Amino acid sequence: MAAAGNETPPLLILHRFPSFTLSLGAAVLRSKYTVLDQYDVPPNPSFSSLSKSARLLFCAGPRPLTSDDLDRYPAVECVIGTSAGVNHFDLAALRRRGIRLTTAGDVFSDDVADYAIGLAVDVLRRVSAADRFVRAGSWPVQREYTLGSKVSGKRVGIVGLGSIGSRVAKRFEAFGCSIAYNSRKVKPNVSYTHYDSVADLASNTDILVVCCAFTNETYHMITKDVMKRLGKKGIIVNVGRGALIDEEELVGSLVRGEIGGAGLDVFEHEPRVPKELWTLDNVVLSAHKAVLTPESMGAIEELILSNIDAFFLNKPLQAELGLDEEML
Amino acid sequence: MADNNPAADVQQLPEIIVFGPPTIFGHYEKEFNSRFRVLKPWESPLPLSQFLEAQAHNTRAALCGATASLTAAVLCSLPSLRLIVATSAGLDHIDLIECRRQGIVVAYAASLFSADVADFAVGLLLDVLRKISAGNRFVKNGLWPVRGDYPLGVKLGGKRVGIVGLGSIGFEVAKRLEAFGCEISYHSREKKSCVLAWFHIQMSIHELAAKSDILAICCALTEQTHHMINRDVMLALGKEGVIVNIVRGGVIEEKALVTCLQRAEIGGSGLDVFEHEPRLPKELLQLDNVVLSPHAAVLTQESMEDLYHLLVANFQAFFSNKPLISPVPHHYLP
Repeated sequence: MAAAGNETPPLLILHRFPSFTLSLGAAVLRSKYTVLDQYDVPPNPSFSSLSKSARLLFCAGPRPLTSDDLDRYPAVECVIGTSAGVNHFDLAALRRRGIRLTTAGDVFSDDVADYAIGLAVDVLRRVSAADRFVRAGSWPVQREYTLGSKVSGKRVGIVGLGSIGSRVAKRFEAFGCSIAYNSRKVKPNVSYTHYDSVADLASNTDILVVCCAFTNETYHMITKDVMKRLGKKGIIVNVGRGALIDEEELVGSLVRGEIGGAGLDVFEHEPRVPKELWTLDNVVLSAHKAVLTPESMGAIEELILSNIDAFFLNKPLQAELGLDEEML
Repeated sequence: MADNNPAADVQQLPEIIVFGPPTIFGHYEKEFNSRFRVLKPWESPLPLSQFLEAQAHNTRAALCGATASLTAAVLCSLPSLRLIVATSAGLDHIDLIECRRQGIVVAYAASLFSADVADFAVGLLLDVLRKISAGNRFVKNGLWPVRGDYPLGVKLGGKRVGIVGLGSIGFEVAKRLEAFGCEISYHSREKKSCVLAWFHIQMSIHELAAKSDILAICCALTEQTHHMINRDVMLALGKEGVIVNIVRGGVIEEKALVTCLQRAEIGGSGLDVFEHEPRLPKELLQLDNVVLSPHAAVLTQESMEDLYHLLVANFQAFFSNKPLISPVPHHYLP
């Protein structure tokens, strides 16, 4: 509904993959703002001209936002993202143009941390394998079940002690696990052991949890060497981004039994998942859903709508990413 | 350890009879055989009563697995029995009253398994809430590219957890779930003065269920707790409620559980134990909001090794007239 008089509702560019359906607050957005959607059906003939004066861009989902995109939207001052991950943004381009960026902040962190523990316990204690065993009718026939590996007291190694990693640590501590980590910088006020390299961390770890940001520096940081150091009794859990791990090497290591198992929510080429992993009992696979709870979805919707309102009212934004300190 | 005369060596080993046999015996049979002269009723074609009469008249010690039933009848056929070492924490399969009457002492696993069982309970709970096994099936059946995103799970943090029985296992479960941001309440025979301030006692199981989103069954199976989790309790827990059972199947009225799950009167269940293992209701296999496991909550390499050492230590103490390492506490005995 346009406001009375000469005011039209503020312009907001919706940047999305064509297949991505905007359910988050769609009705609210369209009632308060003029939503410019390149994939409107029928197409909006004013999209090209109007989008040139839009000050806000809402990037819904993981569609990359490139420098070329930003060239087409020269008036954009702020980008609202929907994820904790920012690897789909050209951060250097945003920084050059002085464009602000907000993300999901901490909204998903609890759920992702919970999920990481769930994957780790599943792999070590063979929870999914047990469920499969019972459902296949194997229990009465094959009465002895395979022993799992104890979780309590194991050495947890966290790659990236940020919002998610610190929550993972807190949960594992309640299991009596020891915590060590590798991070770009040593975290002050943290009593966990810091290792300068992921390789050294892996050498001293039974459960390696990958939950760091995906950047040029962290691409394939979990290498063949890291996995070798983790060893036969070690397991990997990845709730970050698929490309943090050299996936081909990971598959090879798992197939050859060189590491003890893996719990994976993310992959290099989603939704494609290497078929060799499908038949491994010590591997638990998940369709990038560590954030998917109604509570998280509600929280991100609230955060996004709140930030959009705040931007147009010149109020402070939440979960703004500091582009000066670098991630670049 | 056998030298020139293995038969004589074996004769000198203390004798134990094994009932079950327990899982631990399968993994450590060689070690048991090297330390004890072991009577194995299951290897004999004779019915148990005849075997006992023929072989076990002088047997003073028994190793008892959780699937074996040491009834009064069996105990009466073991006139020399003075010690039972149970491989489990649960004792519902042993007639403790008859043991006391006959002056038979019982040792058990005490809290040896509690961490492993608690770990598994949390794993089952996360699996049910966050649909981990179901999601695993989804991906491994090649459905992700075809069907797109998987349905939402349910957040664990902030949920109200009701611990049924705050013994060793219940405490370990509570401690872990607290770190996930859950609110903990419990039901127990007595108030636990040692626990932290934010654990509350509830008046009845029904009230605990009404005030909980998740029920974790952590109590022993006794006459009082048999079928304690019935339809009323499940309805009080409600449509979003999840039940996790890692102790004994008989604490839950299994038929009622199946009905409630089928009618979506509760939200889901993680079950490691069943009333008539290894049989379980086929209807459970049709449900996606249920995670099932074959009484595996104790089954880790580490716990089997720890158990072996504990069992041997108890037998050795007995045979050298020393105090048992893990006798069943007096307040367990009826």
